[in-house]
Amino acid sequence: MNYIFQFGEILKPVNFDELLWGMSNTLRLSALAMVLSLAFAIVGAMLRTSGPKWAQALIAAYVEIIRNTPFLVQIFMIFFGLPTVGLRLDANGAALVAMVLNGSAYTIEIVRAGIESITAGQMDAAKAIGLRQMQSFRLVVLPQALKVMLAPLGSQFILLMLNSSIVSVVSADELMAAAQDVQSRTFRPFETYIIVFVIYFGLSMAFQAAFALIDRWAFARAEHR
Amino acid sequence: MRTLTLSDIEFLIFAVRWTLLLSALAFAGGGLVGIIIALLRTSQQPLLRMLAIAYIRVFQGTPLLLQLFLVFFGGDLLGFGLGPWLSAMLGLSLNAGAFLGEIWRGAIQGVPRGQIEAARSLGLGYGPTMGKVVLPQALRLAVAPTVGFLVNLVKSTSLASILGFVELIRAGQLLNNATFRPFLIFSTVALIYFVICWPLTMASRRLEARLAQAYRR
Repeated sequence: MNYIFQFGEILKPVNFDELLWGMSNTLRLSALAMVLSLAFAIVGAMLRTSGPKWAQALIAAYVEIIRNTPFLVQIFMIFFGLPTVGLRLDANGAALVAMVLNGSAYTIEIVRAGIESITAGQMDAAKAIGLRQMQSFRLVVLPQALKVMLAPLGSQFILLMLNSSIVSVVSADELMAAAQDVQSRTFRPFETYIIVFVIYFGLSMAFQAAFALIDRWAFARAEHR
Repeated sequence: MRTLTLSDIEFLIFAVRWTLLLSALAFAGGGLVGIIIALLRTSQQPLLRMLAIAYIRVFQGTPLLLQLFLVFFGGDLLGFGLGPWLSAMLGLSLNAGAFLGEIWRGAIQGVPRGQIEAARSLGLGYGPTMGKVVLPQALRLAVAPTVGFLVNLVKSTSLASILGFVELIRAGQLLNNATFRPFLIFSTVALIYFVICWPLTMASRRLEARLAQAYRR
């Protein structure tokens, strides 16, 4: 082993700043995808559990298709396939759409499991005290289900963030694409990817800590009420 | 640009063998790493446990694509490139090892503690206790989640295409470059993946249901 590590070049401001820029884009893209996935998933899971028959079947099919095909194919379909049927998205738009489409499918299953873990008695009780269907769902079932969902949602969102590295293949603006740019300029791929490895690991630790905090902050108080 | 012919679709369908071969090799490699990680993770020695935890954390906390790149370019450390084939196989195995290790740890810990104590009091050492008493029972618990993980593994092999390994996706890209029919080509590719993954998903679900039923009794 006579490889000489040279991190100096990558830590120079011109290169390191690009990695930081990539990191902030990864954070923004993932955060946006997480919020949108959760929103879509709540609607999707409601339709899946209590919507009309055709909607239930449609959502079930969507979830199965997304979960049984690779994310890479999904992003190719959206970035290269959709323009041929007249829907053109730029790289960043395609990346976000792909991440939300993919994230929603997994999140729907998590939300559904969360909702189904809340017993029917809760819904009946809510209706008995005069709440309407939507109100009982929003005020009684959802808050309790959210508590059950939080841990799997946390791991799912971290996976979504890590998967965002794949959108670099259509050169969307994020950390992995920044890394590819830096390594092609410095000719130090191994060193570049080691630094990026550390950054991603830091991001997932940070997300994990954030979800633990949310858990403490949102649910510790609720229990004392 | 040329038109898409029937033999092109055939080319695509035959490229699936590389996806399947890579999946199988990565599963074998990952299984080897996974069993070691699972045993370390359930060891009595705190240091060994910490080692396994660190391994799992690192591989589950960073993108697989990056792990593949690190293996690919890490070959330079040894003075020779590993090439797409070896790096994809090695990277996927190391990654799968972390996930399988965590799954199998759960299975090992799912075996009632009394079983280990009974084996020990019969005078069995660590090896026979694990090999003859714990692992055979853990196997039953492990099958459903392992089959479920296979779906992930098959999907993960698609990332090897980014290293230049010609499997299903890369074959689709090559075909698309020549014919420019992305919608048709990539939906065929997606369909092929679905045909491989969906039965595995269903099998995993059925196995899980059967296990749950067995434990209810």
